[in-house]
Amino acid sequence: MLYTSLIIDLMQIIMLTLSSVVVMVTAAFKRDHAVVCGLTVFGLVASLMTFVLIKPVLPFEATQLLLIDEYSLFFSNLIIVGAIGVALLAYPYFETHTSQNEEFYILLLTATLGAVVLACSNHFVAFLLGVEMLGVSLYAMIAYTVHDNKSAKYPLEAGIKYLILSALASGITLFGIALVYAFLGTMGFDEIPAALEAAGEPGLILIVGVLMIVAGAAFKLSLVPFHIWTPDVYEGAPVPVTAYLATVSKAAMLAVTLRLLLASNALEFNAVTGALTVMAIASMFIGNLLAVMQENVKRLFAYSSIAHLGYLLVVVIAAASIDNALAVEATSFYMLAYFVMSLSGFAVISAISNSHKELDQLSDFRGLFWRNTWLSTVLITVLLSLAGIPLTAGFIGKFYIITTGVEGELWLLLTALIIGSAIGLYYYLRLIYTMLQPAETKGKDPAANQLPAGVHVVMAAMTLAIIYLGVYPAPMMTTLQSLASAF
Amino acid sequence: MILVWLITILMAGGIGAWIAEKSNPELPRVIALATILLDLFLVVLMLLAPGSLGLDAISQADLGQEGSWLVLYSSDWIPRFGVSFIFGADGLGLLLITLTVFLGLISLGSAWHEIKDRAGFFYFNLLWTLAGVIGVFTALDLFLFFFFWEVMLIPMYFIIAIWGHENKEYAAMKFFIFTQVSGMLMLLAILMLVFFHYQDAGEITFSYFDLLGTSIPEPFAFWVMLGFFLAFATKLPTVPFHNWLPDAHSQAPTPGSVILAGILLKTGAYGLIRFTIPLFPEVSQAFAPTAMLLGVISILYTAKVAFAQNDLKRLIAYTSVSHMGFVMLGIYAWTAQSVQGAVMTMLAHGFSAAALFMLAGGLQHRIHTREMDKMGGLWAVAPKMGFMALFFTVAAVGMPALGNFIGEFLVLIGTFRISVAAAAAAAIGMVVAAVYSLIVIQKVFHGENNNKLEFADLTMVEMICFGLMMIGLFWMGMYPQSMLDMSEPTLRTLGVFFFD
Repeated sequence: MLYTSLIIDLMQIIMLTLSSVVVMVTAAFKRDHAVVCGLTVFGLVASLMTFVLIKPVLPFEATQLLLIDEYSLFFSNLIIVGAIGVALLAYPYFETHTSQNEEFYILLLTATLGAVVLACSNHFVAFLLGVEMLGVSLYAMIAYTVHDNKSAKYPLEAGIKYLILSALASGITLFGIALVYAFLGTMGFDEIPAALEAAGEPGLILIVGVLMIVAGAAFKLSLVPFHIWTPDVYEGAPVPVTAYLATVSKAAMLAVTLRLLLASNALEFNAVTGALTVMAIASMFIGNLLAVMQENVKRLFAYSSIAHLGYLLVVVIAAASIDNALAVEATSFYMLAYFVMSLSGFAVISAISNSHKELDQLSDFRGLFWRNTWLSTVLITVLLSLAGIPLTAGFIGKFYIITTGVEGELWLLLTALIIGSAIGLYYYLRLIYTMLQPAETKGKDPAANQLPAGVHVVMAAMTLAIIYLGVYPAPMMTTLQSLASAF
Repeated sequence: MILVWLITILMAGGIGAWIAEKSNPELPRVIALATILLDLFLVVLMLLAPGSLGLDAISQADLGQEGSWLVLYSSDWIPRFGVSFIFGADGLGLLLITLTVFLGLISLGSAWHEIKDRAGFFYFNLLWTLAGVIGVFTALDLFLFFFFWEVMLIPMYFIIAIWGHENKEYAAMKFFIFTQVSGMLMLLAILMLVFFHYQDAGEITFSYFDLLGTSIPEPFAFWVMLGFFLAFATKLPTVPFHNWLPDAHSQAPTPGSVILAGILLKTGAYGLIRFTIPLFPEVSQAFAPTAMLLGVISILYTAKVAFAQNDLKRLIAYTSVSHMGFVMLGIYAWTAQSVQGAVMTMLAHGFSAAALFMLAGGLQHRIHTREMDKMGGLWAVAPKMGFMALFFTVAAVGMPALGNFIGEFLVLIGTFRISVAAAAAAAIGMVVAAVYSLIVIQKVFHGENNNKLEFADLTMVEMICFGLMMIGLFWMGMYPQSMLDMSEPTLRTLGVFFFD
């Protein structure tokens, strides 16, 4: 009995593992891009669907390592949906790729597996396993087009940068975990409060350890001052991989970080909230200010993602003084909104690019509104949502952040948020304005004409989600309220 | 429900116009016209025969709001945060809705021959701006209000950014950033207000009626009030937040300028009357001298700046700021006459500024310049245009028998009881107004036609628009009581000082 429910609870993870094996074997026998991509999407959809089975038996502690509850299920679903979107975007992108394409999908599946493990983890060991599985797959994904002489970007540079810095971050995290373990003698997230009480006064070692773990997480979330890799890697990686980095990787890391901080009561240390506050303010300012100067849209999105994670930190910091449930609800909503916006934004860039020619300069978007109204309407919706304009998910997200900030009385952070958003408006509008310019050449982009239906599905679904969450957020709020009530 | 229809019709018409462009480029403007006429019909029905629509007191009881509300509609939206759709119009709201729909028609008239390029998307934006403005004038849930506050912003941005003149990128960006940043401050203030109400009463709600009378602990009350004030003062605008306006007005296409000057500025004044002062009566009273000072500075300073302009549209833009100074002054004096005067100024300025921008836009469309130095002697070329310019300039200056006079006069009387100095200083503004207005007539229509400009006089469509606005201004000037009676119950409910 116990094992059946264990299997049911781990169904998503099992399905993902199974899919990656099946895809690997298939690729070994028959190299066919369409078949492999189709199988990948099928496997992802199948593992997504298992949430129907998992839902009734929640929450469940699957061994000490993983905790499957509504919260982790929400993030797992989000991650898998993101992976499906990326797989659909990757197909047309890699069609022009002259080297082998099939391994990309295996990496996509293993990275997704890592991300799901991360979202479910309740223990430092699972945390580290997830981070590494996600990270190692990503190194290869970022540098995937390296053998193609005609490849559009600098995949090798991006891959190496990510590899070295990510390995460093993992090392720091590991050291931090070791310090925490040395002080408390436990690695389970929810065992930490009890161990803390037993240990008495928290020593310097513990604080340093926690800060090091936070620093490792901040690297993956690309918060200032651990953001240096972000623009280069975003720019150098193939667009579908950039989309993956911006959505899946961030969502998984955020899910586990929030769980760790709340379960371990780490926010009670002033040093932690202090460090988070500094990172939040610096991210909002530096992210927004540097985004203003970008001429490359992928770099622009990179800096804007830094700023958005900075906004999100306001909620995390507020969790120290307000009801945890509200903070979890707000974070989940904002992450959902950000996820949907990023995926659809990168879908547009991906739709006009391929592995030989990425159209990611600001000037490439000139007149897009008149050349291809559909693509630019999607992108305008995304940009307005990122800017936090009503009718979009981004506005409700920002509404949540300000609500929690007001409740936590974080006036300094709120001021920074408003100044940051003001600067943010400038570069979002600049991109919108560029698209509204008269087109230089008549006719549509050749690439956009022959897009497979999958890309359109991704864009349409994400745009609808942005509008739906912005206009009628009540059902999603109820869902999030129920998952947050466990905290 | 009828208020929801007003907004929905405009939005649907906008989408229809956009889609229709593909089949026939002439179709969008016809659809837009039909949409606005339908709205106008509903508004007239609301004004003349509210009973026939069953509007009288049906849903008022739901909210426990009796009295001055003519129309109320309410339903849940986001119950999690106590956000609901509450639409309502009282006398003040109805006046402003009428102004909005009427000027919508006028701006459509000014677009009729001018906008040829991508007309479908243009009329979409035009109608959505109007929908947003009506939403602002009727929303009684602060979340909903903020929502419409932004809805009217984005289409206006598109109008300036796509169909604007030579410096449109800068102007559109400035317009958007000023409004959006001050809007964010208002959002923050709204959330703080809701939070303090929650601490007090234990329920989260955004309903205007529930939030009235919230007590906010010191020192936050002042800051929350300031959040609202900044948003509205930027939109109005008042010195020193007026910077966006000359650029936006001069770069916008004619219909855009008409809507901006005629309607969008009034949303700021409406916000002050409906929200800032009633929500925070004590702090507002303490703040009133500062606000009145800003009003007086606006009147005098921008009048002087207007005098120095050579760009016709910029000049009119600065005069708008100057007239809005009267509105600010009148509102913060908060006496019966002064607020009535502010409301009358809002309505009359809506007409006169819209007409002047239409004239300036019409001139630019014909001679491709807004520089007054290059004009001169145009009366001989276009006598109808000259007459209209003279009429509306004189109206704007405050000629008795026309609406603007009633408004500014009432503001001065009302303010005089509160502050003699402010009233005296503002009165000087009326003198300066005559100077800068008449200089326009002199430079543009009198003198020598040095550049030998030749162009067609006003078209039929334009004459109809100007004619309608003339009638409106005469009505306001000769029979202002009809409007004062409508706004009086509202002002009494809001707590304006009546000396009776």
